[in-house]
Amino acid sequence: MIRINGLTHRIGATPILHDIDLTLPRGKLIALIGPNGAGKSTLLRLVARLEPLQAGRIEIDGLDLATTGTERLALAMAVMGQQTHVASRLRVAELVGFGRWPHHHGRPRAADREAVEQALDAFGLTPLRHRFLDEISGGQAQRAHLAMTFAQGTDWLLLDEPLNNLDMAHSRTLMARLADLVGARGRSVLTVVHEVNYAAAWADHIIAMKDGRIVAEGAPETVLTEPVLSALYDTPIEVSRHDDRPLVLHHHWHDQLGSPFPKPSDDTLRVLH
Amino acid sequence: MDRPAATLIAALLALLAASSLVWMFQGIGGGNRAFILQLRGTKLAGLVVVGAAVGIATVLFQTVAANRVLTPSIMGFDALYVLLQTGLVASLGVAGFAALPNAARFLASVAAMSLLAAMLFGTLVGRGAKDIPRTILTGVILGVLFRSLSTFLARIMDPNAFAVVQSVSFASFGSIDAALLPVAGGIAALCMAGAMWLAPRLDVVALGREAAVSLGLRFDRLVLVTLGLVGMLVSVSTALVGPVAFFGLLVAGLAHGLAPSARHAVLLPAAGLIGAVVLVAGQTLFERLMGQAATLSVVVEFAGGLFFLFLLLKGRVR
Amino acid sequence: MNARPLAAGLALALLVLASLGTGAARIDLAAGGGWTTLVLMESRLPRTLAVLLTGAALAVAGTVIQSLVRNRFVGPDTAGTGESAALGLLGITLLAPAAPIWIKMVAASLAAMAGTALFLAIVRRLPVREVMLVPIAGLVLSGIIGSVVTWIAWEADLLQFVGTWLGSGEFSGVIAGRYELLWIAGAAAGLAWFAADRFAILSLGDGVAIGLGLSTRGVMRLGMVVVSVVSALVVTTVGMIPFVGLVVPNIVARIMGDNLRASIPVVAAGGAGLLLACDLLGRIVRHPYEIPVGTILGIAGSVIFLWLLYRPVSHG
Repeated sequence: MIRINGLTHRIGATPILHDIDLTLPRGKLIALIGPNGAGKSTLLRLVARLEPLQAGRIEIDGLDLATTGTERLALAMAVMGQQTHVASRLRVAELVGFGRWPHHHGRPRAADREAVEQALDAFGLTPLRHRFLDEISGGQAQRAHLAMTFAQGTDWLLLDEPLNNLDMAHSRTLMARLADLVGARGRSVLTVVHEVNYAAAWADHIIAMKDGRIVAEGAPETVLTEPVLSALYDTPIEVSRHDDRPLVLHHHWHDQLGSPFPKPSDDTLRVLH
Repeated sequence: MDRPAATLIAALLALLAASSLVWMFQGIGGGNRAFILQLRGTKLAGLVVVGAAVGIATVLFQTVAANRVLTPSIMGFDALYVLLQTGLVASLGVAGFAALPNAARFLASVAAMSLLAAMLFGTLVGRGAKDIPRTILTGVILGVLFRSLSTFLARIMDPNAFAVVQSVSFASFGSIDAALLPVAGGIAALCMAGAMWLAPRLDVVALGREAAVSLGLRFDRLVLVTLGLVGMLVSVSTALVGPVAFFGLLVAGLAHGLAPSARHAVLLPAAGLIGAVVLVAGQTLFERLMGQAATLSVVVEFAGGLFFLFLLLKGRVR
Repeated sequence: MNARPLAAGLALALLVLASLGTGAARIDLAAGGGWTTLVLMESRLPRTLAVLLTGAALAVAGTVIQSLVRNRFVGPDTAGTGESAALGLLGITLLAPAAPIWIKMVAASLAAMAGTALFLAIVRRLPVREVMLVPIAGLVLSGIIGSVVTWIAWEADLLQFVGTWLGSGEFSGVIAGRYELLWIAGAAAGLAWFAADRFAILSLGDGVAIGLGLSTRGVMRLGMVVVSVVSALVVTTVGMIPFVGLVVPNIVARIMGDNLRASIPVVAAGGAGLLLACDLLGRIVRHPYEIPVGTILGIAGSVIFLWLLYRPVSHG
């Protein structure tokens, strides 16, 4: 379980997050959604200790982020940032192998090698294992990074916009793999997702953010509703259903008429929350 | 020329005149007055020619390269000149080279230099290089290559007397080669006149290749001609004082900052005058008031380097 | 595949033999004798060892600084490190001329560290995507620090003294008793190998490094120590050796990738081999005179570098 209390963050004089309280359950695929500049990535990066904590408290499976050593935290959560292009020339298997570093610090054992094989296999990278990262496609490299995060063997996986630069087919496969990690292997995933429909189709739990605050939180059915999304993105949005899941659509024939939806009152949002 | 531009040029001329007067007559004693004046006059002329040549060459080069941080020296022009000199010595033999009259030798290198510069740097920057940082890096590395080749050639020729190359490898405003001054000054004056004649066309070049071509300018040819002029001006300054890496950057930066108009008819004389003023005033300050003849080049390089770093951090180098 | 390391080792061994047999003094390795032993032990062997140590240490230092700044176009000689070391040595020579040599070396290394830190701070402020700006910043910084050194040396009338550090490096002055500090440079390179995985992870980016629980600051500091100690000792013992630290890691990475634990020994051997080949060339071209190895490398290195700059990027 990840517990966040009173988390406030600013960059320079600009406030990014306002006093956030949040509890993230284990064993779920949790998606962070919201418009640009909502503070999603900042929230994720703070939990991932990629940014220093300014105010508030974060706890991961009972480990206090402020007082636990970074090496110990690497055994509790694995992180994939937005920047997955690396300058160094590594083979796929070597990159994935570095995922085991927190466990062996340079002296890999049989268990570590086994974990790397599993990760390569789980992400369909076994045929590419000897290829250099700069010689495979962007989607494949993205997968290699994800496999490294997976090989780390932590309960938590934190991903910052993993669908960046991926086309529809790759995005679909990746989300399906994440769902599989949670469903079949019992991992917990927290990921920032830019495109709402990927969250709608695969997430178990959705957190909607806007202007540094949590606007709504809960199962996809409760968060992905027309009033919440229209207010979240300040644009008319229609929600339909597909495959027994919400499906978010643009309402473009209303554009010239202005927003057809009344802004949801604070009460509505509180209820949803 | 409009009023603000004329004011700037007049002010710069006045500054140059004032610093030249201080240079000529400061602390002049009773005896041997004529000799001292002649010595100082030669040096003054040298400083003015070098300052003007570097300033104008840099502005010309920046216009052609469509970038405000490139200078001929950063791109390895002066290293090429040194290499050319060494190559001439190597091919003619030390004795044969020495037998040539000074002026003829110099003219030959200037001609070769302008040709080489136009060819080499024309391919590198002519079409308005897309990847400016890579172009700069290429120039810097070419400079290293040329310098190493010169040293290598010199060592092969005569291991004991490669001082010839050494002497033109470091800048010194204190010791100007007086014998070359008349020829060098003449060439510089011709180049400057040529640059002024090209000024209206250079204004069009500054708009970029596409705009210039659509306005009916023979862009590629003009770029080659301009680079040839730059090559000659760099030969002049390098022959007189040696290589100066960042001085031109400083001068061109000042010229673009001070000039009220981006027209080359104003920019070019302004840059030339600023270069001359900086050198004359700086040399007066360091040699006369502080008694340190050799430090101006170091200070200028230091300040120019800091300025370049500043541009880099400001994100102007793109 | 297995023939490759064997052939490389053989080539290096041949270079070493050639280096032992080449020089101004005439000796007969087969016949032996007192004179031959003297020349070998006092001049040839020290020189060969010095070249090997310098080449290996510089190449490894290049790998380290490239992973610190995550940029392939940087070397220990283009980051202001050598000039800073010269500045430190100049400072201690002026302040305490009688200080023992190890204090001078510590001062040079500390100054080199400060210079490297300054370079890293500048790199951090550059726009991330502009890969080519990093080496340019390093070259300009080198120029600025170099001009300060020249100025101070001029003022203190030590220009000739400084010239041996900032001029192109050469090994002709190396005899027994004058190169042993280079073993420390070699040891620093060994330290880098010990921490190879850490540098490899660091070069994957801050996000990955932190995610894997690596103390990025500690690794940065270790890397700075390695680069600074190597540069300081090399510059003060034999002068500036350009391009080895820049070119060798690039070529090795191109052939076998950046798994540093595996590649650092190859980088070290490559640096040693390249430097020894250039030094030999400098000794042979105009025998019995010598051309400084720095000059030879200035030519060979810049040509290789230009090729690296313009080679087509391989993308799958």
